[in-house]
Amino acid sequence: MSQTKTNSVSYMHPNEHGYFGQFGGAYIPEMLHRNVEELRSRYLEIMHEPSFVAAFHQLLRDYVGRPSPLFLAERLSALHNTRIYLKREDLNHTGAHKINNAIGQVLLAQRLGKKRIIAETGAGQHGVATATVCALMGLECIVYMGEKDIERQAPNVARMQMLGAKVVAATSGSKTLKDATNEAIRDWINHPNDTHYVIGSVVGPHPYPDMVARFQSVISEETRWQLKEKTGSELPTHVIACVGGGSNAAGAFYHFLDEPAVQLIAVEAAGLGVYSGMSAATSQLGKPGILHGSKSLVMQTEDGQVVEPHSISAGLDYPGIGPLHAHLFESGRATFLSATDEEALQAAFEVTKLEGIIPALETAHAFAALKQMSFKANDVVVLCLSGRGDKDLATYMHAMQKND
Amino acid sequence: MTRIAQTFLNKPKQVLNVYCTAGYPQLNSTLTVMQALQQYGADLIELGMPYSDPLADGPVIQQSSSVALQNGMSIKVLFEQLKDCRKTIHIPIILMGYMNPILQYGFEAFCKKAAEVGVDGLILPDLPEYEFENMYGAVIKKYQLDFIFLITPETSEERIRKMDALSSGFLYAVSSSATTGKDKNFNEVNTYLQRLQAMQLKNPIMVGFGVKDKSTFTTACTYSNGAIIGSAYIQALGSSTDIAATTQQFLENILK
Repeated sequence: MSQTKTNSVSYMHPNEHGYFGQFGGAYIPEMLHRNVEELRSRYLEIMHEPSFVAAFHQLLRDYVGRPSPLFLAERLSALHNTRIYLKREDLNHTGAHKINNAIGQVLLAQRLGKKRIIAETGAGQHGVATATVCALMGLECIVYMGEKDIERQAPNVARMQMLGAKVVAATSGSKTLKDATNEAIRDWINHPNDTHYVIGSVVGPHPYPDMVARFQSVISEETRWQLKEKTGSELPTHVIACVGGGSNAAGAFYHFLDEPAVQLIAVEAAGLGVYSGMSAATSQLGKPGILHGSKSLVMQTEDGQVVEPHSISAGLDYPGIGPLHAHLFESGRATFLSATDEEALQAAFEVTKLEGIIPALETAHAFAALKQMSFKANDVVVLCLSGRGDKDLATYMHAMQKND
Repeated sequence: MTRIAQTFLNKPKQVLNVYCTAGYPQLNSTLTVMQALQQYGADLIELGMPYSDPLADGPVIQQSSSVALQNGMSIKVLFEQLKDCRKTIHIPIILMGYMNPILQYGFEAFCKKAAEVGVDGLILPDLPEYEFENMYGAVIKKYQLDFIFLITPETSEERIRKMDALSSGFLYAVSSSATTGKDKNFNEVNTYLQRLQAMQLKNPIMVGFGVKDKSTFTTACTYSNGAIIGSAYIQALGSSTDIAATTQQFLENILK
């Protein structure tokens, strides 16, 4: 059987069928065809309309607070004997990078004439971001969330409800993010006309991985000019980001994908250890497969049943990665590292003490990876600080009590 | 002539296709269920291969899939169970399932083995027509398996004609854009089915999703060649202590 090949050498764009190398595509039931095809045939045209670009950037500036600062973390830099810049997505409205994509997709949905917005969420960050944008724009919002995650993430559930969203429990399967995604897809199947599904990561059928990466690419677009101002060069030596589905990494890597001098480092969640059976390190444990409408690396049993991953961070607790990342892994363009629950916790406490920034548990994995790398004094390292840690305080407090 | 084509030649109207999940309600009940379906009047059997994330299915079928997986069902086990099925089952068998477990088994190995044990056709809802034409269709044809595409009321006429050209056996008309096991407004369904009938497609039309009893079966058959029942039968099996008796009663309620 022949493999589908990309038409160009660029890592940034999939081919016309949504393939990054051998990964991507749109493996969807016919019941979703109309919705997905409508999006596929129109997303680029809409995203390039001057009025869309203007509306998107105005909201990013005036509502989200962009550009997000690029901060030279001096004490952390000293510890690693190099220069480390933090891209402060944690300072965005709602506390993470997720809002960039939510604004883009909801604006796009409005231009498609959709009245009803649905989303899936794990830890609740993407759900909160989507509910926020829907409140802003006066749209009905339904967020699917695993029953277990609803119990674990009560403050974010309350936030979404206060914002006017209806939070629906996914009670099937393992009752977590994977199942919330299944339920959201089912909702979309049952509402073929009036509904847009805001997927929160660079996963799902084509065009989602490309579309979400484009909305998040504002992260690396800003990083380039911010670096130029601070260092005289637009290019860092390293970009480091955590990867669950991979949306903050896709955004942080995007405008450096075709700059071979820039090392891209993706950090996955190793849970209790990559081979412990309680891990979410998809690049290490996954095999090519199909999950949620695209071909990618998927954690699964020998029989092809999708397994439930484990990570202390709900945002990295996903058994797949986006097809772009699977391609970056397979081609060797990006280096994939992983950090355990414990390493992530230690890194979170360390960066909090050194820099006065409490990172999200997801981002803490990226910080933990610094210890596994060696840098030169004149390297320029950009680490995407994808979210703030307020939502993880309960976990952090529990860790502090344990260490007392 | 294929077994499915022969079925529609012998009985062009009111064809009843019943869905069941392999390994449900018990791991080893697969063949018992199939034999009961054949004995009490099903014309075709759609045998679901359970998957952890069945996107196109509703809660009833997903629940039966979870139970079947807990029971230990897999494609390997299923082929072992079907090894001698043609000694007792004479009606067509269509395997329904999702791409991921099949890719892990090996797509070509899967088609080869399916043909060997006597399977007649495949329904793979997450195999879209682009991938079918690009890669997988040739393998399916090599092993002379029928491939059945789904169409919905949202599918354009041009696309229906394409699906009809690519399908063999029959076309699976989803009665509305919805997952399995939902109630439907059958007036809208009738308009849709009349439109399909007027298109004079090469394949017979089987209606699925929302068919659950005699009344919905009769309505679904008015403008089509037959209908597919899934969730309602799975529900009946779920509370059953005697598979043969439950199946007999279930099918009599629909056919008598």
